Parts: sequence; structure tokens; C-alpha cells
Amino acid sequence: MKPDPQMSPSSVFDPRVLKAPHPVPGAPDNWRRFFGFNTDAKVIGIQYIALALFFLLVGGLLAMIMRGELLTPPSDLVDPTVYNGLYTMHGTVMLFLFLFPILNGFNNLLIPPMIGAPDMAFPRLNAAAFWIVPVFGVVLMASFLVPGGPSSSGWWAYPPVSTQNPLNHFINGQFLWILAVALSGVSSIMGAVNFCTTILRMRAPGMTLFRMPIFCWTALAAQAIQLGGLPVLTAGAVMLLFDLSFGTSFFRPEGGGDPMLYQHFFWFYSHPAVYVMVLPVFGIFSELFPVYARKPLLGYHVVALASFGITFLSLIVWVHHMFTSGTPQWMRNVFMVTTMLIAVPTGIKVFAWLATLWRGKIRLSTPMLFALGGLFNFIFAGITGVMLATVPVDIHVGNTYFVVGHFHTVIFSTITFGVFAGIYHWFPKFTGKMYYEGLGKLHFLLTFIGAQLNFLPMHWAGLMGMPRRVASYDPEFAFANVLASLGAFLLGVATIPFLLNMVSSWVRGPRAPANPWGAIGLEWLLPSPPPAENFEHDVPTVISGPYGYGLGKPLVDDQERYVARSQEA
Amino acid sequence: MDTPAHGHPPAHDLAHAPAHGGHNLTGFVIFLCSESLIFLAFFAAYITYRMSAPVWRPAGVEGLEVREPLLYTLILVSSSLVIWLAERALQRGRLGAFRGWWLLTMVMGSIFVFGQAQEWAKLPFGPQSGVFGASFYLLTGFHGLHVITGILLMGLMLVRSFRPGNYDNGEAGVVSVSLFWHFVDVIWILLFLLLYAWQR
Repeated sequence: MKPDPQMSPSSVFDPRVLKAPHPVPGAPDNWRRFFGFNTDAKVIGIQYIALALFFLLVGGLLAMIMRGELLTPPSDLVDPTVYNGLYTMHGTVMLFLFLFPILNGFNNLLIPPMIGAPDMAFPRLNAAAFWIVPVFGVVLMASFLVPGGPSSSGWWAYPPVSTQNPLNHFINGQFLWILAVALSGVSSIMGAVNFCTTILRMRAPGMTLFRMPIFCWTALAAQAIQLGGLPVLTAGAVMLLFDLSFGTSFFRPEGGGDPMLYQHFFWFYSHPAVYVMVLPVFGIFSELFPVYARKPLLGYHVVALASFGITFLSLIVWVHHMFTSGTPQWMRNVFMVTTMLIAVPTGIKVFAWLATLWRGKIRLSTPMLFALGGLFNFIFAGITGVMLATVPVDIHVGNTYFVVGHFHTVIFSTITFGVFAGIYHWFPKFTGKMYYEGLGKLHFLLTFIGAQLNFLPMHWAGLMGMPRRVASYDPEFAFANVLASLGAFLLGVATIPFLLNMVSSWVRGPRAPANPWGAIGLEWLLPSPPPAENFEHDVPTVISGPYGYGLGKPLVDDQERYVARSQEA
Repeated sequence: MDTPAHGHPPAHDLAHAPAHGGHNLTGFVIFLCSESLIFLAFFAAYITYRMSAPVWRPAGVEGLEVREPLLYTLILVSSSLVIWLAERALQRGRLGAFRGWWLLTMVMGSIFVFGQAQEWAKLPFGPQSGVFGASFYLLTGFHGLHVITGILLMGLMLVRSFRPGNYDNGEAGVVSVSLFWHFVDVIWILLFLLLYAWQR
């Protein structure tokens, strides 16, 4: 084929814009590249995912210590103050060091190949954003070693608890917590700028916005929340730091300050933060269901736009976390309605997935099992979510284990299930090796049973009135807590087949073909694993929308050539 | 490229292409939108305190002196015009004029920082004087950091302007810094209205 000499740079697609700087010349091409400063998005993606999985183990260990404490009603395993530190660090680690990084890992791996770009728009910024994560991970872990121990004000760090500095050390657990959260914010904003620019500016020819895979839509919607919400949390964190360390009184009532303002700042970001995590998982569901049901995604346009509906609504619901914080009644009413409205775009997505599955040729491989399990759990979490949005119910169950159960059904049973689904689905693509299906199914089985055992009894204990964040409890809640603890330990056991599978299949698993699932998408037109710059100079022209399963239309121009090339590599 | 059939440019074309200047500007605008929200959050906090704090100004503090800050405000705001002249000179290829206007912008920004520092030194209250003092120093300090950042970035662009072939790949750096400077100015106008004009 010959290049067209008449091609003008001012036409619809300018391939020169696609060109990103080449990865650092001279970077090692073996396993060692994962341990240094590397600007290749695919290396960074795997760095993010590996680091995040390490912190999943750390956060899981903290959770299992807590569940060990809650095995019996009295506070006997750990000191109650230690317990406060445990739940604070568990929440912070799981959100800022497990889920955000692992989803950024997905963004790095998936966005450039899915849109046909060679790399991210700003490769060096990308690498810098990644390397901030281990730095604040160390800062946060270091807080276990400072006098007074880690922050114990919960992952939400409400004043006045979070502005106390009883030992009067400048470097204290809360100080390090604020520093870590601020660094996490810097890293996330750097990532968000990069992901948005890449999606908006570096799509392959013919890939209009409405031909993008849903994962890219949800990534864009999620990163828009980061850009809009995170600065507000940062503002709150700066003010909190000044109150804690420099004697101001932004949030100290005794100095004329307003502790409620912090709650507004915190939840303005931290409620949408849940959508930052769940939107990419909606994207993963939308990618996986069509592949494993062999049917096009129903209502592609609506599902794509519903992502931005969620983005918009997520920014105007935060006060539902403050229904019991002395919020005026009119505010409660307004935010109850907006919160319930979120069920509309999410409901649209759920119905689109269900209709996609309906009468499909469903193949229950490990990724599909995790996606279906996640969808099942999400519907349950959605129902309890609407319950919690209702002011009277919220006042009844506020600060009880019902909230803990709901939250974990979203964060673990939906989002982490989606993350596992994504890991198994794209594992062959990015490692070039197949995972072991048997170990994968065992992982799913243990995780599914463990999750239900862990989080369902929490709803029950919460409805009965068991308060959260307390190391000891009334013996009437003992049975529910024993079940929950057993579930937590089972989840710990479930990581063994998972890690075994990941490590052994990457090292010695069978070689993966370019497209093991018969999936449609630009990333499946690349060899497994894809070369450093994906399609390099030979970017395909997209001629139809995604998810054309059973429609017989090629995705790109000259598809056979790309398929053949991906297979011969 | 009317017929998008598997066309890709010859390799030498890619090698000499402006790498990603357009991306830089896109990314920078996205960043600025996000950055403006930190200021909006601080403004929201200030307005909340101003409207509802049980004690606003600390005892003995009548209000803020307006006249000198107004002078420095005029200097900062008019530097937006000067930086626009610099940008225009660069677009017309007059590098000397660009450097002159650019340097003048830096000087005007520095005068503003100097004025701000002088005001801080003279004020009868500190950041620990209730929410009034705390939010005054937070807002002006955070804005001041942005002004200093802007001056440093301008210095970097000025040094780079002496590098041969610096503008072969477009002027995204200069355009971005200039955009940042306008942003800093607009934020200051809002700050001036909130802190100095809205006193009674």
C-alpha cells in the first residue's frame, strides 16, 4: 500500500497529532523495566496494577485484623485506639492505594490501544503521576511508626477529631494522612489531565466519540469527576492541615470556625469518588457482556451518555452523607431527590446489560463470572443505596453497619469484582499468556461466597442497630459478626489462587493468541502483548461502531490485514 | 484525507512533525479548569464564613486598607494587557519586542508580589486571628503562590526564547503561560472584590 501524497494535515484526521514521544530510549526490555522510570503506558499500567494489588493485600490484612477483633463482642484482640487506626488506614489504603491506582492501571493499559493511540498524550507526566503513588504509600505506611500511631479519625477525617494533636508532635499520624491524600490528589489530577487529553485528541481516524468503546466513555466521565471534585477535597485538606499544624481555626468552633464546612468539602469530592471508581467498572461490564454473550451492547448511545448523566448527578448529591449532621430539612429534601435520581442513569445501564445478556450465547469463563457476580451484587447495592437515600431510613441506619454493608457491596462486591473481571479478560492481551481457567473459577467461587458471607450479615446487624467504628459490641450481634469474620477470612484465602494464577501463568502459562475471546475492538487487532507503540505508524481507520457481534461488519478498514499481522507476531 | 483508506504519512513526515504542541495546550486548559475549582472552593469557604461566622473581624481590626492594594491590583490587571502584547509580538515574529513586553510583565508581577508582602508585614492580625485572619491569609497566600509560579514560568519561557529553533514546534509554552497569567489576574479580581470591596 502506498501513502497518499495529497494528504493534507488540516483534514479531519491529522496522523501527526497522534505521534507521542517515543518511550525512553535505552530502557531495558525485560522484567526490569517494571521497576524503573518508564514512560510506556503499558509498562506504567502494569506498574499501577501490581502496586495496587500489593496494597490490596495490605488493606486486606488490616481488614482481617479488624474482623478478628470483631469475632467476639468484647474488645480483646487489639486495643480500641489501635482499632481506630486500623479502620482509618484500611479505608485510606483501599481507596487511595488500591482502587484508584488499579483503575488508573486499566486506563493506561486500555485507553491508548482502544482508541488506536501509540501512547498517552504526556508520557513523562504519566510516569511521574505513577511514581507519586509509591511515595505517598510510604508516607501513609510511615504513620504506623510515628509517636501516637496512624491517623485514627476515619478515612473521612472529620474535625474536631482530625484537628487534635495530643502529643504535640509536628509529624503525627494525621499530618502524614493529609500529606498522603494531598499527594494522591496531585497524582490523580496529573492522570486525569493525561487521560482526558488522550481520549479527546489522539483517537484513530474514523473513531468518532460515538464509536468509542464504552470503557473510554466511562473513563472520560470518571476523570471529569476527578477534575471537578478533587480540587475541592484538596482545598479542604489544606485548611485541615493549617488547623492541625499551624493553629488556624477554619474548622474549630472554639475559634469561630465551622466543622460542617469540612464535611461539605470532603463529601463534595468523596461521594463522586465512588463514581470515579464505579464508572470504569461499568465500562468493564459494558465491554465484557457483549463479548461473552456474543451480542451487541443494547442502547450503546444511551449507555455512553448515561455515564455523563452519572457524572453530573454525582456532583450534586454529597449532602446525603450529612443527613444526620444537623443539616436543614430543605437541604435533606433536595439531596434526597437528587440522590434518588442517580438510580435513573445507573438503572438504564443495568437494563442495557440485562437486555444484552438476554438470549445471548453466554460463555461462563472467569471474567464473565466475575462480571455477572459484580452485576448481581451491584443490583443489591443499588437497592440498599436507594433505601439509604431516603431521609427517614438514613436517620434510622445512619452510623450503623447497614452503611458499612452497603458501601462494601459497592466497593468490593461490585467494583473489585469488576476489576477482577477486567484483569482476567485483558490478562492474555497484555501479558501474552493465558491464565489457568480452573484457578480462576476457584478464585471466583471463594470470592463470591466470601463477599456474601462478609457483607450481607452487616446489613442485618446494622438494621438491628449495631454501630460502626467500635471495637466492642453487644452480644446480640455476635452471630452476624462471626459470619462476617468468616467471610473476611475466606476472602483472604481467595487471594491465594488469584496470586498463584497471575504469577504462574505470567511466568509459564501457555502463549495467548491475539484474540482469545473472539472480541471486537482495536486492542484485539494487536498482537499479544502489543508492541510498545501499539499500531505505530500503521493506525487502522475505524469504519463502524463497537460491539458489532453477529452483525458481520468489519470494525476497521482492511481488517484482514490487521488480523493477519496480529497473529503472525 | 478525504478518502481515509489505510493512509499513513511517509516516515520522514512523522519525524519532523510538531510533536504534540496541540496536546500541551489542551492538557493545560483542562488543568486550569480543574485548578480554578480550588479557588472556587476557597471562595465558597470565605463567603460562608463572611455570612455566618459568629465573630468575623478580630477585636481591634476595623477593616482592610483599600487604596494601596487597589494600586497593586491595577498593576497586576494591566499586566494582562502587556502579556497580550508580548504574545502578539511573538506571533508576528518580532522576538525582541516579545522579550521586552514579556520582561515587563514579569516586573509588574514582581511589583504586585512585593506590594502583597508589604501589606502582610503591616497587617495588625495574623492567620491565627479567627476565620477572618485565616481565610485572608489563605486566599492571598494561595493566590500569591500562583503569581510567583507564573513569574517563574515566564522566566523559563524567556530563557528558552534564546534557544535556536525554540518555536519550530509552535508556541504552546508561551500561549499556556500567558493563559495562566490571565487566569491568575481574573482570580485576583474576584479576590479583590471579595476581600477588599465587600467589607461592610
